[in-house]
Amino acid sequence: MATKEKSRKLTERKQNALSGYLFVSPFFILFAIFGLFPMVFSFYLSFFRWDGLTPMTYVGLKNFEIIFNDSIFFSSIWNTFLMGIMGTFPQIIVALLLAFALNSALIRFSNTFRTLVFLPYITSVVAVAIIFSLIFNNQSFGLVNYILSMFDVEPIRWNQEYWPVKIAISTMVFWRWVGYNTIIFLAGMQSIPKELYEAAKIDGASIGQQIRLVTLPMLKPVLMFVVFTATIGALQLFTEPFIFLGRGLREEGITMVAYLWRDAFGYNSFGTASAAAIVLFAIIIVITAINLLITNRVGRSKKVQ
Amino acid sequence: MKKNKEVGLKKFSMKKALVYLFLVIGSLASLFPFYYMFVMATRLNREINDVPPPFIPGSELIGNFKKVMSNMDFFGALGNSLFVSVAITFGVLFLCSLAGFAFSKLQFKGKKLLFALVLLTMMVPPQLGLIPQYYIITTLGWLNDFRAIIVPGLVNAFGIFWMRQYIKEGVPFEIVEAAKIDGCSNFRVYWNIVVPMILPAFATLGIIVFMQVWNDFLWPVTVLRDPAVHTIQVALRALNDARQLDYGMIMSGTFWATVPLLIVFLLFNRLFIQSLSEGAVKS
Repeated sequence: MATKEKSRKLTERKQNALSGYLFVSPFFILFAIFGLFPMVFSFYLSFFRWDGLTPMTYVGLKNFEIIFNDSIFFSSIWNTFLMGIMGTFPQIIVALLLAFALNSALIRFSNTFRTLVFLPYITSVVAVAIIFSLIFNNQSFGLVNYILSMFDVEPIRWNQEYWPVKIAISTMVFWRWVGYNTIIFLAGMQSIPKELYEAAKIDGASIGQQIRLVTLPMLKPVLMFVVFTATIGALQLFTEPFIFLGRGLREEGITMVAYLWRDAFGYNSFGTASAAAIVLFAIIIVITAINLLITNRVGRSKKVQ
Repeated sequence: MKKNKEVGLKKFSMKKALVYLFLVIGSLASLFPFYYMFVMATRLNREINDVPPPFIPGSELIGNFKKVMSNMDFFGALGNSLFVSVAITFGVLFLCSLAGFAFSKLQFKGKKLLFALVLLTMMVPPQLGLIPQYYIITTLGWLNDFRAIIVPGLVNAFGIFWMRQYIKEGVPFEIVEAAKIDGCSNFRVYWNIVVPMILPAFATLGIIVFMQVWNDFLWPVTVLRDPAVHTIQVALRALNDARQLDYGMIMSGTFWATVPLLIVFLLFNRLFIQSLSEGAVKS
């Protein structure tokens, strides 16, 4: 009887283990094929010349040499950073302000405001880029050029000039994401216990002090999350410049992902595209590490206090 | 005394008015591009090229859409998007909840390590493997095939993480144990007991995944070249890329492609907003 019980338990344990492995295996199999292998193969490919059809030829570090001698490659890195900063910072500040406004007591229609502000996020990036391509049209009938013409400004060629390209693309990013981040901040603010504000009020803190001493410190994890995702998103910017600049992907607005896409699928130069992907990967790792470092330090200094 | 109170009252309402003003400006800024798109979708290209451009809707709502239909298979592309999004959503819900169940309720060796690996894969930027992924797809002969989108789309580490959390907190151990004593296999426990208990998590994750797939562009534009398999996003880009730019037609296509999701969103806006923000805050 006892042995029977024991063996029953044993088979049950075996069964559990078997189903456990079975149930999690699809993820690992699929990830191995479509995630891990491509990642490793990217490194391999970056040492070869390959047009996608004829056999690959080993070229050593030649691909890296080619992209590092290409001024457009550096432009793509610089553009990505500039547009990342131009799109992200205003977005986070405005989102914080909107969240404060929505979180302040006794606001009527707050759900309506929330829905309206969130609306752009539901729109696809492609649609956003197409709409803003017309708003930022080069001709004088483009909306922004028309408004500027009222101030006697000559029509700006938005998708060809250095800063206008970046302003237009950052505006698209800003418009689509600001409401999303507002909602995230709002969720964070609403999870702050009311007692903290009560206590602050009893101690005589003004609204400004409440924001500075209660809301912002309590919001830090959410803020970190938003900065983190916005940074990663900015580094991967592709669709907006791709639609806005058209096939040519001009140097003024090309991003890192757009550069590697164009090399691969525009010029059939898969080797240099892989090399660009490796550099992009390295940059993402460095930025992520910096992000984590800052987050950790901020977390620690809070504990010390 | 009375005067003081009045001053305080006035100051308070001033502040409130400013808050409202800010919110109204924010909402209008959110709405305006939609309105502008609608206006342009109802105008002839000739009218759009006027200075000043039109600001009120015109009469070409149907005319422009007819032009869209003659330039692209609009409903075909919409159907492709719907098919791919639904297939991936259901696939992800099934695979992720199954894995989440295993990670939260079953004991097996190396479970912690495997789960840590799942989390680690979230850190890998997907663009890194773009070129080899394309190579795999061509080798499999899946170029211009929906499998190229669906099969890789089933990999979703976030979904596993999300489902594990939910099942861990939402499904009591006792129920699982009791069912097992009654002789249920692990899969039956999952299917008959866990699944009915985690429907809210399905709704949340389903919305997140559906939106992601519906709006995805980089991967579809890479592997779906043939217009017959274009998703709506890729098809819109092709429409926008034509040599002869007819803005009225382009805006009409964009407008009608945006409307379905907007309607669904407005109907279920609370669920949408809650799902999409919850997904972010919890991770």
